[in-house]
Amino acid sequence: MVIDPARIDSRTRRRQGAFSVIGLTIAVMLGTLAVFTGSVAAQETAAAPAQAVAATPVLKIDTGDTAWVLTSTALVLAMTMPGLALFYGGLVRGKNVLGTIMQSIVILCLVSLLWILVGYSLAFGPDKGGLIGGLEWIGLSGVGSEPHPVYGPTIPHQVFMLFQLMFAAITPALITGAVAERMKFSALLLFAALWSLVIYTPVAHWIWGGGWLGKMGALDFAGGAVVHISSGVSALVCAIVLGKRKGHGADYMAPHNLPFTLLGTGLLWFGWFGFNAGSALGANGLAASTFLATHAAAAAAALVWMGVEWAHRGKPTVLGLASGAVAGLATVTPASGYIGPFSAIIIGVFAGILCYFAVVWKGRMGYDDSLDVVGIHGVGGVFGILATGVFASKAINAAGADGLLFGNAAQLGIQAIMVAAVALFSVIGTWVILKVVDAAVGLRVAPEDESTGLDLSQHNERAYS
Amino acid sequence: MKMIEAIVKPFKLDEVKDALLEMGVQGMTVTEVKGFGRQKGHKETYRGQEYTIEFVPKVKIEVAVTDAQMPRVIETITRAAKTGSIGDGKIFVRDLVAAVRIRTGETGETAL
Repeated sequence: MVIDPARIDSRTRRRQGAFSVIGLTIAVMLGTLAVFTGSVAAQETAAAPAQAVAATPVLKIDTGDTAWVLTSTALVLAMTMPGLALFYGGLVRGKNVLGTIMQSIVILCLVSLLWILVGYSLAFGPDKGGLIGGLEWIGLSGVGSEPHPVYGPTIPHQVFMLFQLMFAAITPALITGAVAERMKFSALLLFAALWSLVIYTPVAHWIWGGGWLGKMGALDFAGGAVVHISSGVSALVCAIVLGKRKGHGADYMAPHNLPFTLLGTGLLWFGWFGFNAGSALGANGLAASTFLATHAAAAAAALVWMGVEWAHRGKPTVLGLASGAVAGLATVTPASGYIGPFSAIIIGVFAGILCYFAVVWKGRMGYDDSLDVVGIHGVGGVFGILATGVFASKAINAAGADGLLFGNAAQLGIQAIMVAAVALFSVIGTWVILKVVDAAVGLRVAPEDESTGLDLSQHNERAYS
Repeated sequence: MKMIEAIVKPFKLDEVKDALLEMGVQGMTVTEVKGFGRQKGHKETYRGQEYTIEFVPKVKIEVAVTDAQMPRVIETITRAAKTGSIGDGKIFVRDLVAAVRIRTGETGETAL
């Protein structure tokens, strides 16, 4: 083998150049973090204590709290439509962009109605054995403008229900990234409806609706397990059961419109403030600290993903920066209401590194998780839930618990149980649902339709004519 | 008569067109094409997934000229399209057996 020394030399030098820039950046960040970590305990203990949950909360509507949660509800809507729709739409090939956008939007509509009719009652209705909510609130019976003592004592019960509706809607929409460019539209509708009722509502109940994980003390502030682990793990099952896209690994399948993906990233980041800070269920100090943690983690993860990719592949990419931001947002979600800004930065740094390598190593695993739902939401969700058990602090949120770093190692164990339970249930449930849908209508479009693209074959439309 | 096909870098199209007009060529046909010669393609990376793009975008200019014009046309295109780096393109020449101006029915070199 002949090696051109000049070429190797210049490449090595370029690499070294990139490495030294990145090395310096990372060194500065780590140095800063070391100082921060030392002072995390001190600073966060000194932070103003968040409002403690009173033993018997006074049920009185607060206009500020209500306005903020209503606004947050609309912010979370924007995450799905048009945020996620554009994020995913830009990542697929031009012949599938409408089909991909359609999936997020139709799931939003479908799950919204299911939630009003039965989903909310199953998730948040009166507890039945710690496993599921009862049917007492079916069709929103009894869910009116009076506040509920647990679900936000200062906001109308309907506002809480609506806020939760947006979470229920985005979660199955996240999974569509794993089945992109090949799933039959009718199969997708059936899958989303069944998944929402069979997987999402019980998991939400276990953790937030008075179920067994919540009673055990599991901490998931805004949906690391309920939203990201459930969708990320289910996405893995979907990618395996559906099989690879035709031409995967051989054909050119690059994103057809990265500016769309960037618009989507912006809307997701923007909406995530509602998702996380809205989960404080009030316009208060906890909402502010959650907002801060959310933003800090997103910024850190975006920079770290970009830097790791720069060192690993030689160039910083726009898609890498955007993917890092989403990874940071997904990862910090469960911890966001229990941590201070420095813990959030540490979580963001790890999110950027872990999710980057999860996405890059996907290629060796042999499944086609087309838009990286597993690598970003699955891996980020699992790490985020565990990190909550490390970094959570009662000084930030008295209603939460202390994590490992604050002397409570048991919390990490509880978080691990939550990861295992949600992941196992999602794997089995999703597999069964896929088999049912396959038997009923078939999961994949015909090979010819896949070549033509979803836009024309499923919808008789083209995005660009 | 000759048909000259020049494959050039897209950003050089305007310079080639202006140079040809200046030397008296009356018309041309332009097509966006893809291909590769020694330049080969480039690499793209999306979330660690690398693609090698073998076919590079080029512009194909077709000019029908008289036998007498041919050497100057080739010289003009070569001068205008040249950057000196790999991927500048190629010029191919074929014999042209007939030409007709549809509006008037003129044939041969008068139709060019």
